[in-house]
Formats: sequence, C-alpha cells, structure tokens
Amino acid sequence: MANTNIKKEKLHPMENLLRMDRIPHIWCPGCGIGNAVSAFAEALDKLELNLDQLCVVSGIGCTGRVAGYIKVDSFHTTHGRAIPYATGIKLGNPKMKVVVISGDGDLVSIGGNHFVHAARRNIDLTVICVNNFIYAMTGGQVAPTTPTPAYTTTSPFGNFETPSNVPQLAEASGAVYVARWTALHMRRLTYSIIDAMQKPGFSVVEVISPCAMYYSRINRLGDGLDMMKFYYDNSVIKHGEPTDNLEIDYQKEIIVGKFVDRERPTFSDALQNWLKGKGG
Amino acid sequence: MKNSNISVQSGTHTLTGCQACAEGALSAGCSFLGYYPIHPSFDIVERYAERFSDVDGVLIQMEDEVSALAAVLGASWTGKRAMTVTTGTGFAQMAEHIGLGIMLETPCVIVDVQRDGPSEGIPCNPGASDIMQARWGSHGDYEIIALSPNSPQDMYDLTIKAFSLSEKYRTPVVIVTDTDICNKKEKINIPDSKDIKVSTRKYYKGKKENYLPFQYDTKDLIPPMVDVMDGYRFHVTGLTHDERGYPVMNDECQELNVHRIVQKIRLFVDDIIDIEEEKTDDAEVVIVSYGTTSNDALNAVKQVRKEGIKAGNLRLKTVWPFPEKKILELAKKIDNFIVPEINYGQIYLEVERCARGEAKTHFLHHDSKKVGTAEDIIKLLKKVTK
Repeated sequence: MANTNIKKEKLHPMENLLRMDRIPHIWCPGCGIGNAVSAFAEALDKLELNLDQLCVVSGIGCTGRVAGYIKVDSFHTTHGRAIPYATGIKLGNPKMKVVVISGDGDLVSIGGNHFVHAARRNIDLTVICVNNFIYAMTGGQVAPTTPTPAYTTTSPFGNFETPSNVPQLAEASGAVYVARWTALHMRRLTYSIIDAMQKPGFSVVEVISPCAMYYSRINRLGDGLDMMKFYYDNSVIKHGEPTDNLEIDYQKEIIVGKFVDRERPTFSDALQNWLKGKGG
Repeated sequence: MKNSNISVQSGTHTLTGCQACAEGALSAGCSFLGYYPIHPSFDIVERYAERFSDVDGVLIQMEDEVSALAAVLGASWTGKRAMTVTTGTGFAQMAEHIGLGIMLETPCVIVDVQRDGPSEGIPCNPGASDIMQARWGSHGDYEIIALSPNSPQDMYDLTIKAFSLSEKYRTPVVIVTDTDICNKKEKINIPDSKDIKVSTRKYYKGKKENYLPFQYDTKDLIPPMVDVMDGYRFHVTGLTHDERGYPVMNDECQELNVHRIVQKIRLFVDDIIDIEEEKTDDAEVVIVSYGTTSNDALNAVKQVRKEGIKAGNLRLKTVWPFPEKKILELAKKIDNFIVPEINYGQIYLEVERCARGEAKTHFLHHDSKKVGTAEDIIKLLKKVTK
C-alpha cells in the first residue's frame, strides 16, 4: 500500500537557503567557492536567523555569482563595488544583516579602497573573501593575490609582484574580526562565519580556494581536489598570529586561524554617540 | 510614504541654489545622501548636514564618487529616497553606477553642478559641458531623465520633481546645474508640506511567491518594487536578466530586458518633458536655452522685441528626454534657431538633428564670462534676422 505520508525528499539539504531553480551553478568541478557557500549556508542554519533580515551582496567574478544562488534578498552588483552597495543597504536599514561575498580580485584589487574605508569606518558588514590567487572568470590573469612566482595567463614568466596579504590589510584598515581558512576547513570556516556575523562591525573571513580551471592547470598542480587537499595539508593553525606573518608563498605553508577579534564602535554607534554628545 | 520623514521648512527664505537644492531634497523626503566632496557641489551637502539628523536621515562621505552612487543605490532598495551630489569629474566616475541604477531600475537623484572641463577644467566656472555626459555617460542603451534649473527657486522645485520622476519611472534622474545657479542667493518660497506632491514608487502588493522584480507585462512598463527585508528574497543583477531578476544572457532576453527599460521612458516623454515657451507663437527666430543661459536668452528676447525682432525662447526644463516633436514643430514655422551654451555645442547637435533642415540652427558659445549678459545673443539674433 502506498504511503501517502512520505515526506517529499529534499533536493539538497540546504534547499531552503539556495535558489534551487538556478541549479546547476556555473562553478567548475573542484572549485572551492561551493565549499564557501556550503559553510555560509551551514552558518545561517546554525545561527537560526530570520532570513528575511539577511542580505547578500556580491561584486563581479566567479565568487561574485554567489549572491545569485542564496535565497535571500541578494544583489549582484558591479566589479569591486559590493562593499559600498552593502554600506548603503546597511545604513538605509540598520536592521538588515548584510554579508558581502566576493573574490580576491573584486575585493582587494578594484574594490581595495572600498575594503579599506569600510573597515576604517567599521561599517557593520561581514565580508567573505574567496581567494583563489587568480582572476578566473576573465581567463586566468595575474591577481593582486597571486603568489610569486606563480604562472598565470598574463605572467607567462612567473609573477614578480608582491601579493596582498588580505588579513593584514583588513587588520591595518580597522576590521574587528579577521580569520582565514582553506576551503576544506569546513567546520572551522562555518564557525568563523558564525563568529563574524555575530560580531558588530566590519568582519573579514578569507577562504583559500583552488581554481581548478586556470591556476592549477597553468601551474600543473593537479585537479581541484588535489589542490584543496594540498592547501589543507599544508595549513598550520595559529590563532592570534600577527597578521604581518600571513603572507602566502607559492605552494608553501599557509597559516590559518582567527587573527583579530577586537572591539571598536561601529559607524552607526559612533554616529549616534556623536549626535548625543553634541546634543543632536 | 515609506521610511521617509518629510521635513518642510514652509515659508519664504533667502537661500543659495545649493541650499535650495538641499531643502528641495528634504521636502521630497530624501533621507539618504552619499557623496564625495568636490567643488562646486559641496554647499548642498553642508545644508543637508545641518539638517539630516532632524529627519532621521543618513549622511555619509564615501571614499570616492563610484562608491557614493553605489551606496545611494543600495539605500534606495531599503525604501529610502536617496541622492548624491557631484560635479563633472565626479560625475564621470559615477557613470558605472548610473548604468547599474538603470539596469536595476533603482530610483535615485544625482545632482551634477557642472564646471568647465574636460578633466579638472576650471572648478569654479559655471559650465554646461556635461549635458551629453548626462545623456550617454554610462555604456549601453538607455534613456535618462535630466532636469536643468535656472534659479534657486527653480532648483528647489526641480529637485522635488526629480525625486518624483525617479520614483514614478523607477530610474535615476540627473539634475544638471552649474555654479551660477548654485551660488546665486534669492528669496525662495517653500510651500506647505500638504501642497508638495511627490510620486511614490509603485510597490508590489500581490502574493509573495508570484513576485517578479522585473515583470514585463505591466501597462506602464514599470515593474512594481519591493524593499529589502519585505520578505520577498529577491535577486537582482546588473547582467541582462529575466523577469525573476536571474541572469539570462541571450539576445531574446536582452531585447525583453533592455528594450523595456528604454521604452518605459520613450513612451512617456509627453509626461516627462517640461518646457517653457516665451513668445514663440509669432517668432521667426527661437533661442533654445537651458540652465543659467536661459535667463540671458529671455533678456535677449525682451530687448530685441523692443526693436521689432520677432524672437522667442524655448527653455528646456527637461534636457533629457529631448523635446524632439516640439523642435520640429517650431522648425516648420521659423527660419532660425539659436542655441547658446556654456560649451562648444552639445544641445545644439540635438536641435539641428530634430529640426531636420526645416530651419537653420546657429550655435553660440556663451562662455562663463558672458553668463549674466545677453549681448552676444542679441548680436546673433540681429545678424540672423537681418
């Protein structure tokens, strides 16, 4: 006899958080962005947030597409400008929890100045920066995060520029919470995202992710899973490590952990206190 | 009205054009101003800064003009009426987000206090050199609405109108003005708040699961909006998108998406376009003017009329969309158009195009040292009617 009470099987364990009508997604097999999205979804699940009060903003690039797959109010904006767009949303409606998810090229290169100043102002945003060391969607060009002397399509003789150290940039600019994990540190990454989202102010979580399409192929590093495993196996957890030690050398040790967790008044708190102080 | 506190200082005040602009914005319910400091637009911010805490508003100095307009667009999706102010070089930086504002159909107001250009130009000189930048500054096909005030009172009125149009048509609206108007001080009348009419964006009221951020088949081609946190969990993207706001990159979707955005303005040009005609009924020569230059044009008409020259003035309060029909209609009746501009010929090109050879079009470079005088216009009026 047919059981009419069988619960409709879920297409995905996180289907209430994802836009299932947009699956399959565009990311390549072996890419780490999916891990970051899973960790984020897991974090949302654990946080038990009212998802109506959550907003995801992305810039442009592979990670820039994340906003399109999360089933909350979500904005896919312009290249590098997710942070100022998110700033407008957060200040326009302070009840919103606003998360920026974007790539290293988007956040640190074209959007570098916005990153610096949103951190300085301590706008209450969480930034998840998926760092794959390369511009992937545009075809494997050298990025501000490309380690020396990695090959890219635009550094055929190896990259000679000093790469950005994302946690150091975040700390120096004023971020109140800074952590870094690789794409395989799923549990730790999830808990860092939870911490970051609960922390009032500008929080940054960097996710070291393989680019299986360009970075691995050009540098002959195997497939995405090989790289993911390499990053994981070669990572060393050092909580509280001074951020100037966090440079990432080519295929060497990667220091991960929580590096910054401090208190500073957010932009909105500072403004309110200022207005009160002035009798405003 | 949603999330906006109207703060109207009714009565007569002596204000500069900049101050009038800030008061116009406050009267229209503007509660978010994101900007980057640049001369000569800054007096607008100063006035707003004195008042924003009274209206529960947000004022933020961003790190550049790119981010200033990005923040304004973000704020607009929270239901706030939002504005930014800038000038030529800053306006150039905003071009990218004018495109995003158009594509995401986000209401907002951008005030461009034009200076001489290109590049840094002469920051303190009045200019009209951004007229084409206002029209075509961002890439891609789009229509823009741009208004051009000619006095502080007009600045107040048109700022309110700009918010109204941006809300109604769900699009960014530009106010193209200049230092002459912005620094001029005169008595302006601020009406009672009940007499100020500002359109409100069309909000979606149907079932949540049926909401389409870019619905195609509305009568007015303007899809209803929702705010963040309303529970619709919508997605929007600057990529070519379907009704759901999802990226779909094919020619068919480009047509449905972008053609509608263009048509939602083109079909309603008669509602949007605002012009003022002075003695055009029997005119043989018509000056087409806008902004501060329109005051000099009106003086010129007044003076040559005394000498029996049948001159008239067509003042464009709305620079974009351009009154194509009106120009052609006049061209069939008159012999000559004169287009004085504080640039080397921008609206002139439009007048000449729209006249379709029915009347001659003469350009007059009415540069900043001539602003406030009508002599060069009078001289040309006499020359073409000889």
